[in-house]
Amino acid sequence: MGKHLGMEVSFAAAEAVKLSNVDVVAAYPITPQTHIVERLSEYVASGELDAEFVPVESEHSALSLCVGSEAAGARSFTCTSSQGLALMSEIVYIVPALRLPIVMILVNRSLSGPLSIWNDHSDVMSIRDCGWIQLFVENGQEVFDHVMIAYKIAENHNVLLPVMINMDGFILSHMFEPVELMEQSDVDYYLSPYQPRFVLHPDEPLTMGAYAMPTLFTEAKKAHEEALLASYTHIMRAWEAWGAVSGRSYHPVETFCSEDAETLFITMGSLSETAGEAVRVLRGQGKKAGILKLRLWRPFPFNDFLRSIGNAQRLIVLDRALSPGGPGGPVAGEIRSALYHLENRPQIFNFIAGLGGREVTVGSFLEMFVSSLSGKAFGYRIFGARG
Amino acid sequence: MKNKDVYAVKTLSSREYFAPGHRACAGCGEVLALRLIHKALGRDVVVASATGCMEIVSSPFPFTSWEVPWIHVAFENAAAVAGGIEAGLKVLQRKGKIEKKKIFVVAMAGDGGTADIGLQALSGALERGHNFLFICYDNEAYMNTGVQRSSSTPFGASTMTSPVGSIRSGQQTWKKNMVAIAAAHGIPYIATASPSYPMDLMEKVGKAAKTEGPAYIHVLSVCPPGWGIPSDKTIKFGRLAVETGFFPLYEIEEGKYRITVNVEKLLPLDKYLKPQARFSHLPQELVEQVSRRVCSDWKVLKRKAEKAKEVKEMDSSPGGRGVR
Repeated sequence: MGKHLGMEVSFAAAEAVKLSNVDVVAAYPITPQTHIVERLSEYVASGELDAEFVPVESEHSALSLCVGSEAAGARSFTCTSSQGLALMSEIVYIVPALRLPIVMILVNRSLSGPLSIWNDHSDVMSIRDCGWIQLFVENGQEVFDHVMIAYKIAENHNVLLPVMINMDGFILSHMFEPVELMEQSDVDYYLSPYQPRFVLHPDEPLTMGAYAMPTLFTEAKKAHEEALLASYTHIMRAWEAWGAVSGRSYHPVETFCSEDAETLFITMGSLSETAGEAVRVLRGQGKKAGILKLRLWRPFPFNDFLRSIGNAQRLIVLDRALSPGGPGGPVAGEIRSALYHLENRPQIFNFIAGLGGREVTVGSFLEMFVSSLSGKAFGYRIFGARG
Repeated sequence: MKNKDVYAVKTLSSREYFAPGHRACAGCGEVLALRLIHKALGRDVVVASATGCMEIVSSPFPFTSWEVPWIHVAFENAAAVAGGIEAGLKVLQRKGKIEKKKIFVVAMAGDGGTADIGLQALSGALERGHNFLFICYDNEAYMNTGVQRSSSTPFGASTMTSPVGSIRSGQQTWKKNMVAIAAAHGIPYIATASPSYPMDLMEKVGKAAKTEGPAYIHVLSVCPPGWGIPSDKTIKFGRLAVETGFFPLYEIEEGKYRITVNVEKLLPLDKYLKPQARFSHLPQELVEQVSRRVCSDWKVLKRKAEKAKEVKEMDSSPGGRGVR
């Protein structure tokens, strides 16, 4: 087992990338992602990590460059936030179609405008349908663990899909937290060297990125979706194997005090910890509240989700992105769809909260709880907005 | 030797790396250049292609014309993808994960994918010094989407978005000097080339491939449907472009200019412009205006080449400056 250290979560992420022995890192600086790539460039400069660090001229080129290096057979990593993701989004959609197992950490930050460097989930929700495996993490340890886990999943020849790890900007990325690091030997035991399935090499010429006529486009999309759905099993196995190495286990949907809960908070990312505090308070008052955390966003774990809601009558869905003029937040929209076929479905209370770094406190969750008790389900509310 | 170009062609390898059966238009100058370029490069290459004519004609899934490893990702990022391939191959060879050998990394794009939407990624890759060759196949407009103007369209040319109208006619701006932009990055090798001069083209590709660091070759790719010329006149128009001084053939090696196909006396520009439908609306005074600019650019280029020659002579003479 590795050392326990107090460290900035961004540095824990960089440490995990180093332990994963990546070959190529391409990145463009954007707040709040910068500390991760700064640390990686230091590792490369000092020889601690034998990799090519390519300081590209844009995020579009960061991911494009990773496409090239991954296609050449090199384990590749990039990292971005917000506007950077928006700029590279064209390429984000192409990576899974090329079946390239790139791993990207998305340090979640709101999309402009107005310009805001602070945290919400509007960046990731803008590329919801890109076809990557998309995970959310809650704390520094989870960030660290999921880098290795992500490569294990992505590079599995039965998966061969890119993986995006979502971690909240500032409120997670810039926190100092205790993290248990792993020994290189344990990581090497868990994560074998990258064995690419197809590579660009003159000894075996092949064509990547051919275009599809209408007669084949739908089939290509279907094949991609089948691969994404089938990745579920391999994601579960990668988590199990990580549990065996590290003693820490992860699940697509994780719960806290949910067994007998009448009201469930549905959260993603680091706010789950705050919600946990609120549930402790509510339980102290004898209120049957619990939490359901969505760790796996794509492929969406419908079965795990339905199993986990148990007999809850009220779901308080926290969305950290707004779908202007739409049915509410993107998470609530999906959850309504997941529940629609049930005869006795719980009521949904959708709160759009924590936009652009607006604080969501234990008190905020308690307020949401109270308003869910006092009324009928509503479309959505923008929590705490003045005016 | 007299007519050495004629005989030299016969010494070329018959090995093709771009298979027939592709969907390029009859008389396409671009696909001809591409074929010759890959003959010059040989088998040990990896190619990153931008979206565009050459991508579309060569890769309708499940077919491919490529007999060398080839990847297409998007329109504007061929240089970035090539940079990634180069970085990947380099690190894998260094770490002993793949066998060490020279593999040429080539990025290719049309004039739009180079001078317009691809300019940023290209500039970044040139500045970072990736060891790769970027080839711009310049057919002087967005031909793949049906002939819309680009920044590489020559002054006066009519396209679907620089049409002939009653108030203004044809392209209103001068062709962007992409070679000068590439040269401003201080990269070791830059050249212009044309498939109408196959040996010159292939020699330059060979030089570029051997260059350590980024190399850039700008190929004039005659486009019969886009330019409005008969498809059996591609080679002729490629030659006229050079003989009139409209598209001179030269190279810039370590900053030194050299004209590789000299023209003793430029042919009148009418011979090149008038038969092309895209220029047919140009009144004589505008032809003359273009002609003056072409002549002046040609003089500037010649001066640069002469200066480079003088510097070379000084360097090699006793008491020359030697290593600067």
